[in-house]
Amino acid sequence: MNTLTPGRIVFNLFNYFFLSVLAVLCVLPLVNVLMISFSDNAAVAAGHVKLWPIGFNTDSYRFVFHKPEFLKAFGIGLQKLLLGVAISIVLTIMVAYPLSKEPEVFRWRTPLVWFFVITMLVSGGLIPSYIIVMKTGLINSIWALVLPGAVPVYLVVLLLNFFRSLPKELEESAFIEGASHWQSMWKIYVPLSLPAIATITLFSAVSNWNDWFSGLIYMNMPEKYPLATYLQTILITLDPSQMKDTAFDVGQFKNVSLRTYKAAQIFLGALPILLAYPFLQRFFVHGIVLGSVKE
Amino acid sequence: MSRNNRKFSAQLPFLLLLIPGIILTVIYSYGPMFGTVMAFQQYTPAKGFTGSPWIGMDNFTYLFQLPDFKNALRNTLFIAIMKIIFGLVAPLSVGLLLNEMRKMLIKRTIQTLIYLPHFLSWVIISGVLIDILSPSQGIVNDLLKAFGVQPVFFLGNNHWFPWVIILSDTWKEFGFGTIIYLAAMTGVNPSLYEAAAIDGAGRWKQTWHVTLPGIRPIVILLVTLSLGRVLDAGFDQIFNLYSPITYESGDVIDTLVYRLGLKQAQFSVAAAAGLFRSVVSLILISVSYYIAKRFANYRIF
Repeated sequence: MNTLTPGRIVFNLFNYFFLSVLAVLCVLPLVNVLMISFSDNAAVAAGHVKLWPIGFNTDSYRFVFHKPEFLKAFGIGLQKLLLGVAISIVLTIMVAYPLSKEPEVFRWRTPLVWFFVITMLVSGGLIPSYIIVMKTGLINSIWALVLPGAVPVYLVVLLLNFFRSLPKELEESAFIEGASHWQSMWKIYVPLSLPAIATITLFSAVSNWNDWFSGLIYMNMPEKYPLATYLQTILITLDPSQMKDTAFDVGQFKNVSLRTYKAAQIFLGALPILLAYPFLQRFFVHGIVLGSVKE
Repeated sequence: MSRNNRKFSAQLPFLLLLIPGIILTVIYSYGPMFGTVMAFQQYTPAKGFTGSPWIGMDNFTYLFQLPDFKNALRNTLFIAIMKIIFGLVAPLSVGLLLNEMRKMLIKRTIQTLIYLPHFLSWVIISGVLIDILSPSQGIVNDLLKAFGVQPVFFLGNNHWFPWVIILSDTWKEFGFGTIIYLAAMTGVNPSLYEAAAIDGAGRWKQTWHVTLPGIRPIVILLVTLSLGRVLDAGFDQIFNLYSPITYESGDVIDTLVYRLGLKQAQFSVAAAAGLFRSVVSLILISVSYYIAKRFANYRIF
């Protein structure tokens, strides 16, 4: 079926060329900003920096780390990430296990599945959510960043579908030996579901790390912002029309401008994901296919 | 299964496992749903949900007369519908082209690069876009200048702004969407291609008569499900890119709710706008799920 007609060769050449250009276009903007972050202020202002640093230096990064705010926000971001992922994954497993049972085994399965799925379809909206978080006393607390999204229903659905695909005989033989549901869940289902659990852990980690909005609305004090929210205020809140390279009083960091400083923070904010990405990519691919294409 | 299953004691372990999840869901998901009653009240934080006076539909009448609301509704529909169209065509075309590639290493590399932007937040991407689209210094305008085009202030221009939103969303998400189509294409029975080739079909005809019909169910499914998102133009993205200059073309219901509610403290009006969006979305999602179940045999669980 792979006869190489002239037309086929032309198409192949075009195809490889076109898709390669497309792939490069997906990372080019990031590369440009990365290079700005490593370049000399004057070269950046003159518009010479494209895809290679000019006047290579790391002053912008040293300036970022010189400011306590960035490290503080990074710490809170990390805290939110660890706490958020741990709670979400444990809860996802504990919710998915009973809901993966047949209605003959767990009588209230169907109504309870709907109880959770409805929250994916309907939401109270921003203002009532804000008021509930306020009434439960979480404003300015790290828990405001974790608890409202602690049961990720989408991940529950992914995992319960995976649990249902596992052979029931394993569990039955464990019950004969006297195991409880708690043991069956942790000792049989969880170990057998490691690929699926890895996938949902990664989904949860990315969304926790990237979540900036809950920090913006639930934290009144900027010093309590997680990194994503801190970056939002630094990178975005300035009106784009005001983004001029005004003189930047930075003392010992002579190569830094507002623009290189922002560029460095964009890169640092994306760094954890960029580092993890090549290793985790296949899990994501697996997870998406798991969630979308099913019989 | 044993006959004791119907006894409460057999159900108890399941319920115990569910309790923490149910409690959190009741408070933080169902709580706000019941909180939407404030859309029918003149809500003041001091009096709360129970003490605030009821004013019927007044918040809605006020809202529907607001020029900002009509504007936001129009922008929401335009941006969301364009995103749905582009978000279908781009990944499908790229998926078809990638499927023709035989060199696995190149194919994998391209896939890895095109999925990448999906995993970065809109805060990071917006930071990048603000820099590269800057009229005086951005690399995009540098390129335009090289072709003799006047610099364009993409993020401060109501003509360009919605297209920046639509195209940057397509750019960020098409790689991710491609995964699903590629997975569906690998599921097409290879013997169909052989049969088509024996009948004299070239690659183009094979694509047209084998690949596309083979993935039709998943395409129909994704189109159907995307209908439920017609009122979702993407809060994160727009919030991080718009400014008072571009409210006219970029303000959507979600951003309006944010400004009315959290900036101007018009809690009840903002809640009414949010409720309007939720109700219309729920109807659309229910219809789309129904169609998906009926015609593509799709189930959530």
